[in-house]
Amino acid sequence: MKKLVQDFEVLHKEELNDGTFVIDVKASAPLPDIKPGQFVNVLVENTANTFLRRPLSIHFVDYEKNIIKLYIKKIGEGTAKLGELLLGDKLNIVFPLGNQYSIPKNSKTLLIGGGCGVAPLLYLAKHLKDAGNEVTTILGVRSAYDAVELDPYKQYGRIFVTTEDGSIGEKGYPTQHSVLNEKFDYTFTCGPEPMMKAVAAYSKSKNIPCEVSLENTMACGFGACLCCVTDTKRGNICTCTEGPVFNINELKW
Amino acid sequence: MVNLEVKLKDLILKNPVMTASGTFGYGEEFEDFIDISQLGGILVKGTTRHHREGNPYPRMAETPSGMLNAVGLQNKGVEYFCDNIYPRINHYNTNILVNVSGSVIEDYVETAAMINELDKIPAIELNISCPNVKEGGMAFGTSCSSAASVVREVRKVYKKHLMVKLSPNVTDITEIAKAVEAEGADSVSLINTLLGMAIDSETRKPLLSTVTGGLSGPCVKPVALRMVWQVFNAVNIPIVGLGGIMNAKDAIEFILAGASAIQIGTANFIDPQITVKVVEGIKEYMIRHQVENVTDLIGAIKTQ
Repeated sequence: MKKLVQDFEVLHKEELNDGTFVIDVKASAPLPDIKPGQFVNVLVENTANTFLRRPLSIHFVDYEKNIIKLYIKKIGEGTAKLGELLLGDKLNIVFPLGNQYSIPKNSKTLLIGGGCGVAPLLYLAKHLKDAGNEVTTILGVRSAYDAVELDPYKQYGRIFVTTEDGSIGEKGYPTQHSVLNEKFDYTFTCGPEPMMKAVAAYSKSKNIPCEVSLENTMACGFGACLCCVTDTKRGNICTCTEGPVFNINELKW
Repeated sequence: MVNLEVKLKDLILKNPVMTASGTFGYGEEFEDFIDISQLGGILVKGTTRHHREGNPYPRMAETPSGMLNAVGLQNKGVEYFCDNIYPRINHYNTNILVNVSGSVIEDYVETAAMINELDKIPAIELNISCPNVKEGGMAFGTSCSSAASVVREVRKVYKKHLMVKLSPNVTDITEIAKAVEAEGADSVSLINTLLGMAIDSETRKPLLSTVTGGLSGPCVKPVALRMVWQVFNAVNIPIVGLGGIMNAKDAIEFILAGASAIQIGTANFIDPQITVKVVEGIKEYMIRHQVENVTDLIGAIKTQ
């Protein structure tokens, strides 16, 4: 798939809570085919201390409107600057990058997202449903305040929430949710590494395939710098080109 | 019409813009973004005698106006390069240079000898300046005697253009440059990365698995420019300048300081099309300043 570098226009910005927002960016040319799990690398301009692009999951793609949705949590100077973007601002983006989640057919799929790691799961949920799968999503967050943007998942299947303080949904971590007592055929996850490792352990115990999306720090995003490697059974390989999605059997987890 | 052609002794570049090793993969990674034949040359990833896994993750830390890396020469070894990568890239209509590194002199010699047999590789860049390997690498480039001995031995087996990449992590870079010139280096490229370090104060942990790493990006440009100027005044062989070049203006500054050609490194990560933009920018500068040959700008800094 050909990689592109293009200026996008900020078309819409929605604050989900203080620190989390979704921006819609409109491409200047028709979007290429974008797969669930792929990411973009965006240029952040006019900051004092950021230098490299910021890799962000593709949250959703609307081909009719020619927009990509980016789900962003402010965690540093770069993402804070992205939060200051105004409608009409230009955003230079290298895309589409990385591989994709597998899309099985007619299976019972479980999606588990932790915090802003939920970002790629909405687009994945759509693709899974389109392929005839049953989709169950669990979002794990600290408290009700962080349980944002649940409705969009409902059009593709069921959505459950776990909170660490029990303020909404079931109290605990997503891997402790009662729906896990059901039988699933596949798990897909993105979020903090301890959570993904717990999902991997659950999947192994049930003997079902599990795919995780890693977010190693990277410079280029397209396989040139060799900075974002992950230690796999095949040795050090680039997360940006051979990932970010890995079957847990490839990893030394 | 402006003339962008430059000569590094016998090595003819269609323009002075090359890529820095380790920032441009094998060129293939950039095929979606640019026409590689528009460049003066590309330096492919550092190649060693044997397969190297490189250093553990994390290997990179962003710093103000730059980045630290500790990749550690991850590559599949020279035999894999010759058998698998070279056949894929030898059609590029530009100079392909292989950056050669090693832990012991024999590794450099054997690797260089194998690359010498590849028709479409007109030059190597001898990397005696990598700060991210435990043995060899920068150790060769930080003393005159060891720099001289590795160049002397490689010179015996390598018959084409021999470029030597110098480390800035030395007291006087001109002494190293003179030492490698005396042993038959055809050109020098400088600078490799500056040894640096980053710490997370919250966790009290280093940000790199190796604790220290190589600093690159615009933050190193003034140091690089100074060293190019010093070396220009110390040796007679051509200089390839690099270190934080982000645009054509930076490239022109290196040429004015004495570089016959330049390499673009870290900027490739931020703008994968930067190299061809710099070629265009140099042209535009020459037209604006009524400079016919880019060679007229080499060392043309006005110090008085």
